[in-house]
Amino acid sequence: MCLGIPACVVAISDEENCLALVETGGVRREVNMLCVTDDTRPLSSCVGDWVLVHVGFAMSRIDAEAAHRSLELLAALGEMASELPAMDREPGPYEASGE
Amino acid sequence: MSIADAFAPTDDRERCITLAHGSGGALMHELIHEVFVGTFGAAPPGGLEDQARLDLGGFSTGGDRLALTTDSYVVDPLFFPGADIGKLAVCGTVNDLAVGGAQPRYLSCGMIIEEGLPVAVLQRVAASMKQAADAAEVAIVTGDTKVVPRGAADKLFINTAGVGLIPAGIEIAAAQARPGDVLIINGHLGDHGAAIVDARGELALEHHIESDCQALNGLVAVMLAACADIHCLRDLTRGGLATVLNEFARDSGVCLRIEETAIPVRDPVRALCEILGLDPLYLANEGKLLAVVPATASAAVLAAMQAHPAGQDSRIIGEVVERPAGRVILATAFGGERLVDMLVGEQLPRIC
Amino acid sequence: MSVGVPMKYVDEFRDPQRARRLIAAIHALYPAVGRPLQLMEFCGGHTQTLLRYGIERLLPEGIEMVHGPGCPVCVLPRERVDGAIALAARPEVILATFGDAMRVPGSCQTLLQARAGGADVRMVYSPLDALLLARRHPEREVVFFALGFETTMPATALTVLQAARQGVGNFSLFCNHITTLPTLRTVLDDPDMPLDGLLAPGHVSMVVGMQPFVRVAAHYRLPIVISGFEPLDMLQSLWLLLGQLAAGRHEVENQYARVVPAAGNTPGLEAMARVFGLQAAFDWDGSVAPEASGVRMREEYAHFDAGRRFPLPGRQTTMPAPPQCEQVLMGRLHPQACRHFGSDCTPAAPMGALMVSAEGACAACYHYGDRECCA
Repeated sequence: MCLGIPACVVAISDEENCLALVETGGVRREVNMLCVTDDTRPLSSCVGDWVLVHVGFAMSRIDAEAAHRSLELLAALGEMASELPAMDREPGPYEASGE
Repeated sequence: MSIADAFAPTDDRERCITLAHGSGGALMHELIHEVFVGTFGAAPPGGLEDQARLDLGGFSTGGDRLALTTDSYVVDPLFFPGADIGKLAVCGTVNDLAVGGAQPRYLSCGMIIEEGLPVAVLQRVAASMKQAADAAEVAIVTGDTKVVPRGAADKLFINTAGVGLIPAGIEIAAAQARPGDVLIINGHLGDHGAAIVDARGELALEHHIESDCQALNGLVAVMLAACADIHCLRDLTRGGLATVLNEFARDSGVCLRIEETAIPVRDPVRALCEILGLDPLYLANEGKLLAVVPATASAAVLAAMQAHPAGQDSRIIGEVVERPAGRVILATAFGGERLVDMLVGEQLPRIC
Repeated sequence: MSVGVPMKYVDEFRDPQRARRLIAAIHALYPAVGRPLQLMEFCGGHTQTLLRYGIERLLPEGIEMVHGPGCPVCVLPRERVDGAIALAARPEVILATFGDAMRVPGSCQTLLQARAGGADVRMVYSPLDALLLARRHPEREVVFFALGFETTMPATALTVLQAARQGVGNFSLFCNHITTLPTLRTVLDDPDMPLDGLLAPGHVSMVVGMQPFVRVAAHYRLPIVISGFEPLDMLQSLWLLLGQLAAGRHEVENQYARVVPAAGNTPGLEAMARVFGLQAAFDWDGSVAPEASGVRMREEYAHFDAGRRFPLPGRQTTMPAPPQCEQVLMGRLHPQACRHFGSDCTPAAPMGALMVSAEGACAACYHYGDRECCA
């Protein structure tokens, strides 16, 4: 029910069956685009879009604006709240830096 | 014309192994010489015997204990990105010796071949085994060949046994982890498991992930040179890092605590795990080990590992603490904590 | 993991620094609510995130997270697994299934055990892979074990439509989809299960939109936030829930707006409506019995219904799962409070699906160690 992964449409692979090649983290898979295409947003225009993939189907086109707003809200929340002392954890000696 | 030629198919089909090749007669003799002896090394001057004869004098220096191990390899497909069943069969057994502190010397090689396997496949596997053996500086000195009817085996099964010498004073055991010890691995996790999970193409994922299959005896040698008192050492095969961590914690009666941010995983391996709902901590590796090292020696061991080709991406991932005994704890990047439990059975890709 | 190139739309929502600030914001806001709270995350995927990132322990002490029944494998009756095994045992059948279902116990065995016994059971990632199997093996019957809530139903429906279009005659579904709202309603109607707020399943909403949950919020006067699945999504959603509780509101907020469109997914809903009988779920007016959460294939596509194409074993006297399973599933009992948890019920010897499914509350608690030892 839940495992959906964001991926970028890199190529159209099968116009007739509405299939596109998507990629995330260097892994690619062909997915069905029927749920995210229509007359206003045809398959051919989807290259470069980010979609949410579930069981081999693109189920939603990811709204970059909404993602950005969400992250901005999180940043604003951070500025409002004061850090609790318990949360100021000393970085451990084994934490990788700058990865 | 040799007997083999007499039985060769007269049409253009590939030459294949038949039951006759396993029957002990002339065909089998031809096969052994053509595929194995020719590849693994010349037969002794007097000819092949039923056993390899190894000079004990060679064993009297270099160690005070003989290490002996065996393992069988049934991987499907036979050839996958980065390695094949032959390379696995050599490196896996070499590594089982190496993580006991032994210097591997000799391997045996037993093959169970399904009728119908192309001879060319067998030749390719043998060549790969020879290459891996040379890289590990071990010799394949004896072997066995059986052919079974179609369906009685899945293409090819290989068993390798190996012997090596453990130098005096080297005592490595799973029960030796102590609070304060440092946990070190030699590189990225999950490459082999990720390469295999879709090697048959059923999940239709495209990627460039390759198995990390490699011999670790050279790396272990430099580690022991930097610190003769390495407490625990094991290679991270099936069940991944999580399994070995749990084995050490249980056998030593301590807690192994690892830092999530310190665990190295390659980007495509991570992506594959996200897509399939897998956890890299449980993915198989074929060229990675976990060392439990006294804190005072950890810097020296880490430096020695990073200077070796098989350990360039080595890093410290955690430490041994007292409690909770027998458990493995992961410190999450959020400042939370969770258990790293033993898996029951293999991980399966999921959609939920 | 030490991150190389960040995965877009994933790693930003796992950022530890933002998480710490969010947790601080939650702690700062909680006193405005000022009472103990029971909040439910409906979806098994949300339960996984909570436990995997150790989030629950970082929340204020008065907040208790109740694990909901949103695990489609966990709510699968045993006789349905028996049905799948019976189909797989037919010599002409290839049973294609998601990995999730492989270890779920039927009356006697799991699909994995049936495979070991010779049944042709194959794991697939997508129902389209099952259809491809059918086209590659015209001499066999390929049956797809279709399960999942509304998230997965469009995929199944579109696959059936493609099979019809391509005239694939040897493909069928063993349909075990269920709808969310009747299951949710069973929980919310439980007088022993008073909830103060709900994290709604983000990927179900991706398909069905916000409207079904708007009616739930109004009917039960329950604050609801549609949540994404990354840890920051859940923390932000919890913060939004606290905001509603502090202000005395009970609305539906869409925290997962980057993925969830307010109206849901039209092509997906249309395909579902064509292939499945779904009136009960979407015209829900509060009067539908929870039993109607099962999904049936429409008459027009009956030939793709394995339940009608093949004889299935009748309802046997199945050994039911212990009553605690349903208690835990509905959130009335915390997994550790079950007397079987960790003793005679473990992942190695599960008494029910909740201990074996990746999303099951018991399996998640056991695996990620929501146990005293981590205190």
